[in-house]
Amino acid sequence: MSTEHKITTQQVNFKVFRFNADEDYLPYYEDYNMEVTSEEVVLDILNRIKWDHDGSFSYRRSCRHGICGACAIKVNGRSTLACKESMNDMVDLFGSELVIEPLSKKRAIKDMIIDKADFWEKHAAVTPYLVADIDENPESENLVSPEDADKLDEADLCIQCGACHYACPVVEINEDFFGPAAFAAAYRFGADVRDSADSRLADVNEEKQGVWDCVKCFECAEACPKDINPIAKITKLHQMAFQEGIAKNNVAVRHAVGFKKSIAKNGVLDEGGLVLYSEGPSIVKHIPVALRMFSKGKIVPPWGITKSDNLDEIKKLVKSSSTAKF
Amino acid sequence: MKKLKYALFTGCTAKQSTPEQMMSTMAVADKLGIELVELTEASCCGASHLQDYDEFLSLVLNARNIAYAEQKGLTMVTICNTCQLNTAMTKHKLDNDEALKAKVNEKLAEVGLEYKGTSAITHFLYAIIDDFGLDKIKEMVVTPLSQFNIAPFYGCHNIRPSELQNETHNSKENPYNPTSLDDLIIACGGKNVDYEEKNKCCGFHVELQAPHTAAVLTGNAIAGAMDGDADMMVTPCPLCHLKLDTQTAHASEAIGRDVELPVLHMQQMVGLALGCSPAELGLNHHLAKVDFV
Repeated sequence: MSTEHKITTQQVNFKVFRFNADEDYLPYYEDYNMEVTSEEVVLDILNRIKWDHDGSFSYRRSCRHGICGACAIKVNGRSTLACKESMNDMVDLFGSELVIEPLSKKRAIKDMIIDKADFWEKHAAVTPYLVADIDENPESENLVSPEDADKLDEADLCIQCGACHYACPVVEINEDFFGPAAFAAAYRFGADVRDSADSRLADVNEEKQGVWDCVKCFECAEACPKDINPIAKITKLHQMAFQEGIAKNNVAVRHAVGFKKSIAKNGVLDEGGLVLYSEGPSIVKHIPVALRMFSKGKIVPPWGITKSDNLDEIKKLVKSSSTAKF
Repeated sequence: MKKLKYALFTGCTAKQSTPEQMMSTMAVADKLGIELVELTEASCCGASHLQDYDEFLSLVLNARNIAYAEQKGLTMVTICNTCQLNTAMTKHKLDNDEALKAKVNEKLAEVGLEYKGTSAITHFLYAIIDDFGLDKIKEMVVTPLSQFNIAPFYGCHNIRPSELQNETHNSKENPYNPTSLDDLIIACGGKNVDYEEKNKCCGFHVELQAPHTAAVLTGNAIAGAMDGDADMMVTPCPLCHLKLDTQTAHASEAIGRDVELPVLHMQQMVGLALGCSPAELGLNHHLAKVDFV
């Protein structure tokens, strides 16, 4: 049976970010109205802007096969790999008015080209390679079983395009934060059975730079063109810190552990108790807001908490199903 | 139409720091003729933090909560984005991994329960839109919110990851341009405000460990809504609500600009349009001033 494949066309208006750091004081947007076919990808549009409209339009491109990671940009705020993203899908998502921007406007050098130095610095900071004693004269292959290879959870598919890194709101605010791509790399090597790096996991568990500052917004999972799901790797790095016994006794770690304590006691969360356990004496800084909340009936004292029904079940399950220690 | 009936997973905040959310949920359900059977056996979902420590325990506890909805033969309705994500994520994992499901059920059997995968899980926002219908809401509005510009704040855990989220409701949501809450605002007679931060993070989950990051995100969100000329914000998530309503002092300090707006729970907005009284909706439990009523 043959399936008829029909090519359709439609008119799309592109608002394209333009900026030349050598000449322009401020960036501006240029409009290009074009007929787009259903066969095209976003990179085809970038090429047509350069070839048909303005030869000075600049962007990175190389493999055209979704493997080099050079051509990531943003379309209507959505990180996308230009060579992989179908124009049809973009029009379906956003309509016929599309905004083409670099991954990070504040890092723009020329049009779509950005300075990715921060990305590479952070990538380098997580020891993104195998640390292993290699026999220089091996007598057989260094085999990794399929089960062990599965543990990488496809983190090795990362092409360092930066889509997740520049979609992460924490990277925008906290310049020490390694970001989701670096964490995915840390997981990729940390989960490798051949690896014996001693500081990587500790590095990604440090406050400010490490996984504990992740806001759990899932922007990285949404942005990744290779479906690596960086936040799932961030979750695993959290868990590995407990498994390896290197989780520090700090506010972030106690905040995670505190949920179990609260659930074991009440089934439901004791919100005030969680903050107290997490913060310790530092809880005093929350007093001004807490007093205002109390005056508005927003704080329930420990004795006023409605515990879950069948609490004995929860207590039993917490006991029998716990797999982590702190 | 057959009377809608759901198993209500209230989550913890509705019973503690956002009592107004519980009140308005029940008031709106009553107005709409929706029956909500509270899952009083449910535990905390772990709020996206427990799984950082102990993923298996998180799965077992969430599976237990879902099992109670299954026992009642009802769809589970959540009223917190993070409860929604944690519960739906658990369901997705168990429904797609027989071995993991068996392992979890081995534990649940100790307390005489079983996770089957028979109950759907949806946020009250989508239950209203998918099952009740915006047209019917529109017909029932007695106090149209027509003089208000209302800024929707979606909350991450209702829109991302979109692949999982779109498994749980019929109205497909684009995480980069969500529309459900905008549609609900319009159905209530209000004018929806479009602004860049509407689908962004409020910072709630790092409030304790990264207060500056959290405060900047909150500040940016409120500032974005204010610049869009909003009279108020509305959110389906009580955690976003807590952040936007109670942390304005930190947020203002962090971004160097005074930011504050009334922040309504989605249920409070619908309740106002349906003619519920401010007292029924718990508007007296807010920290940011609610001076428009």
